[in-house]
Amino acid sequence: MKTQSEIGIVETKYFTFAEGEDKITLSSGEKFGPITVAYETYGELNEDKSNAILILHALSGDAHAAGYHKGSKKPGWWHKMIGSGRAFDTDKYFVICSNVLGGCKGTTGPISLNPETKEPYGLSFPIITIRDMVKVQNRLISHLGIKKLLCVAGGSMGGMQALQWMVSYPNKIESAIVIASTLKHSAQQIAFNEVGRQAVMADPYWKGGYYYGGHIPAKGLAVARMLGHITYMSEKSMEEKFGRQRKSPTTPFRFTADFEVENYLHYKGDRFVERFDANSYLYITKAIDLFDLTSCSKPIHEIFSKLTAKVLVIAFKSDWLYPVHQSKEIAKACKMAGLQTTFCEIDSDYGHDAFLLEIDEESHLISHFLEKVYKDVENRH
Amino acid sequence: MNESHKKIVEMIPHGSSVLDLGCGEGELLYHLINEKGVKGQGIEINEKHIYKCVEKGLDVFHDDLDNGLVDYNDASFDFVIMNEALQEVRFPEKVLNEALRVGKSVIVGFPNFAHLSARLELFFCGRAPVTPALPHQWYDTPNLHFLSVKDFKDYCKTKKITIVKEAYLPDAIYTRLFPNLFSEKAIIIICKKHNT
Repeated sequence: MKTQSEIGIVETKYFTFAEGEDKITLSSGEKFGPITVAYETYGELNEDKSNAILILHALSGDAHAAGYHKGSKKPGWWHKMIGSGRAFDTDKYFVICSNVLGGCKGTTGPISLNPETKEPYGLSFPIITIRDMVKVQNRLISHLGIKKLLCVAGGSMGGMQALQWMVSYPNKIESAIVIASTLKHSAQQIAFNEVGRQAVMADPYWKGGYYYGGHIPAKGLAVARMLGHITYMSEKSMEEKFGRQRKSPTTPFRFTADFEVENYLHYKGDRFVERFDANSYLYITKAIDLFDLTSCSKPIHEIFSKLTAKVLVIAFKSDWLYPVHQSKEIAKACKMAGLQTTFCEIDSDYGHDAFLLEIDEESHLISHFLEKVYKDVENRH
Repeated sequence: MNESHKKIVEMIPHGSSVLDLGCGEGELLYHLINEKGVKGQGIEINEKHIYKCVEKGLDVFHDDLDNGLVDYNDASFDFVIMNEALQEVRFPEKVLNEALRVGKSVIVGFPNFAHLSARLELFFCGRAPVTPALPHQWYDTPNLHFLSVKDFKDYCKTKKITIVKEAYLPDAIYTRLFPNLFSEKAIIIICKKHNT
């Protein structure tokens, strides 16, 4: 096997479009602009621009998928998957990752300043969908001079974006990798998101979404994140990680974080609040809930039949938030559409989090899948 | 390439579309794609085998054959292959019917339980046979069903399934003349309608 090496220092770049009259039309019909997109790239774009891969992040992700920002020791969110000799091999491929529309890590979202009012948008930010996010990504890709992506790849909400790429821009992708995702958000998935949103909105500091410049709804957002983390783990992984371990058996009973699992959730909640905007959380979870490719005018396999892309679908056995049957439905729709499809259910105990943790298995599948896709593209040229 | 793969590769015309049920690590599919330019895909239950298939650049679906082939249209493949799979599934008849629905032809490969050595072992030793074609002990075998060449042919007759072509291993005159006694493995092409 090829030796691996990690991405070093990287810098986030920005691209602004939809300025002035050139606004984009959102799924809601509303015209919106200007839009700034934060993105990072790893590796080099080849001469015929045929080696570009777009990585799509999940709910709390951002453009910083790999490498380190100057002065930081924290690598990007899919660092182990991207680099020389890794699944997304930067010796061969040009890897792009951008922050989604509605996000809070550099791309225009509710925390951004509305140029007309010079105030943050807050809840005057328009309702957005996964389709809108993909529309923005498409503009970025065109800006980078890429006509066709070698691959779009992502897990969870990132997988929804990959599926949306297949629907919105079937001629602009050679392949798609969809990990732990779904064709439509289910009632249970919507329910979890709604509890998270209610937690944010119940925080007195939320103030109808106009909290910028003052106290932030930290407690509400932290509770939302705590709930999220429960759904990302499996019962088994939680039991193995925490069991009934206590933080300190001698601390007097005060309804403080008593068990290790409580402590972990508190920690995760507090860290999340430092890096994420509460309104972004509302907008993005809503975009996820609105996602439904089965409600299109035609059955999804008929829509997919316009594609020539190869598809890799990966699911994890213990994922109960995005259960295996949802991934299987994606793969079946692709197969019914006549697409070259591979489906693998990885036997993992990590629950939904597995897509960030099962690096060896994912790397094996993805690296070989991409190799085949790239070889076929090169043979065609 | 093993003998049965070689036989199956010989049987399939260039450029056919193929679905390999229980494709294992994908060796057969790989040979079919490279040597016969087939358009092929597989279904396999074992996760480790899926990795091997993906390494070979194959399209493979991680699933249990007993769940059926509901998502495939009738006659959507020139050939459906069930090599060493029929005797391992829980509901062989259901899977076979599905294969016959989805494939214009079906290639079935199975170990012949009535092979001479198996008969001798059963008769003289009074033990469930362990032979080169049936190498597993009773307590540790993937084989859930045991059938002979005759059993399979009788079954086809009863169910009005047409036998299009037969091949037996080892490839020799005596296995061709007395397949149920001498062949270790049968490879039989069947289809639902009469082939002329």
